[in-house]
Amino acid sequence: MKQWDQGARLWARVFCAMIVTLFFVFPIYWLGAISFKTAEEIFAYPPVWIPANFNFHNYFVLFRDGEAWSIWNSFVTASISTLFAMFFGTIAAYSLVRYKTGGNHLGIWIISQRMIPPICVVFPVFLLFVAWDIVDTYTGLIVLYTAFNLPYVIWMMRGYIQEIPLELEQSALVDGLTRWAVLWKVVMPMAKSGLFATAVFTFIFAWNDFLFALILSRSDVVTFPVKVTGYFGAQSSLWSKVGALSMLGVLPMIFVVGTMQRFIVRGISMGAVKG
Amino acid sequence: MITSNSFADKLDQERWFKYFLIAPAVFIILLIGLYPFVKLILVSFQNITMFDNELSYQGFIHYERLFDDDRLWESILHTIIFTAVALPIELILGFLLALLFLERIPYKQVFVGIILLPTVISPIVAGATWKLMFDQRFGPINQVIAWFAGHEVKLLWNIEPALVWPAIMVAEVWQWTPFMFLILLAALSNVDREQLEAAQIDGASWWMTFRKIVLPAIMPVMFIALLIRGLDLFRVFDVVWTMTKGGPGTMTETISIYAYHMAFREFDVSYSAAIAFLIILILTVIVVAALRRMEVSR
Repeated sequence: MKQWDQGARLWARVFCAMIVTLFFVFPIYWLGAISFKTAEEIFAYPPVWIPANFNFHNYFVLFRDGEAWSIWNSFVTASISTLFAMFFGTIAAYSLVRYKTGGNHLGIWIISQRMIPPICVVFPVFLLFVAWDIVDTYTGLIVLYTAFNLPYVIWMMRGYIQEIPLELEQSALVDGLTRWAVLWKVVMPMAKSGLFATAVFTFIFAWNDFLFALILSRSDVVTFPVKVTGYFGAQSSLWSKVGALSMLGVLPMIFVVGTMQRFIVRGISMGAVKG
Repeated sequence: MITSNSFADKLDQERWFKYFLIAPAVFIILLIGLYPFVKLILVSFQNITMFDNELSYQGFIHYERLFDDDRLWESILHTIIFTAVALPIELILGFLLALLFLERIPYKQVFVGIILLPTVISPIVAGATWKLMFDQRFGPINQVIAWFAGHEVKLLWNIEPALVWPAIMVAEVWQWTPFMFLILLAALSNVDREQLEAAQIDGASWWMTFRKIVLPAIMPVMFIALLIRGLDLFRVFDVVWTMTKGGPGTMTETISIYAYHMAFREFDVSYSAAIAFLIILILTVIVVAALRRMEVSR
């Protein structure tokens, strides 16, 4: 009797889990469905729940008109800024951990920079970028995303480096390696999974950014979120393009949750939970 | 007199090395973080508008304007209500979800992976998705409601004042409940099993166990999750921008949207700088108070 009870409870849980999962995935399904629908299917009443076939026309249009270029812009700015932020952030974190540079205060000050809402600093940054003539360039967005993500990288890498045993570094120093060589040949390999997880999140933050890109791009380096909002008009919206371009923006994230789940909890909780 | 030995050299080099490592990062943060902040304060005391470019010191005129600006205080009120409603909903739903997945369940990784997806996608895409979902004619939501109601339904989710906020709230809760869920799931799995079993043997009620053992154990992590989400909710921009742009009228205008409007639509630069400073002030007070409470509760 008890056995049966447990089995029933398990199935009840599975059933609940499926309902919940359906709620979270359905909107993304709907977006994907729209991206494959024909114009008649999108604007049919009552709505078509499952498109008749996989129709890549909407994607084709994006590539033909060059609007899929915004995905490339997002990719370039997000990946290059990730490289810079990871490099400068990791060596800074190493300095904070191993040399206690600036004591506790410097670390707190750096993370507090992350708390400032983008809307508050974006106008002065805009003025600065006008003065430097880097509005609407890759350079501008890369500089900005690097700066914006640095506090996050430093904060996360600080936690990962703290977990590396000090003895390894000491014995490497005794063996005659320079400080710089210790950092590259001992610390970096040890922190590999931390580096990787932090880089993924840094990329995601830049990839998903809207406000900075909205203000600091005009036409040349428009990123995909800005492009998507442009498809919503006052009178009519280009739903097929909204669906297709949004799906292109979601695809890398499907890959992320599919392959790197075990890194995610520490990354989004800013290190509060050690996953 | 001045002799150099290798040990002193090494120390000297080390001192230089640690600053060398941190200098680029600090330089970039100062340039893109601190400089704009100083500039912001400067501009708020000047008078830069669409028609004027007065760079001399103007005193507190823009700060005085803040007090008479009804639209500003309304947007702050919207933001506070939005945060105060969405945050507990996300917390409670996230907690319930975490309880569901805490026990053994087949294909757990797959379920959790799918549920996580909304949290990592762009808020713009989330907003766009729900705008399509809530479309009065071609969206599935009115359709589902129609099935239950038994007749055609035309709820104007993007226009009707009573429906706009709930629509935005659904999008927001949908996107960020998984965030709470994942963090609470990790925190709950770390609760000491032996303590729980001991409590069970002693015949403690579920509520007692929760209050005396589970809650204190997950408190620190839950607190940080609430702080991260609270700050994000307070500066919400993207999802509102895609779904309503603050409309109809100024019904759904949040503080970030209003600040954007004043800076980049009205070009009332100095005044928008004063608003930005006000936002930073409010957030600083909240964060400092929150961190102090966290220290007290430890």
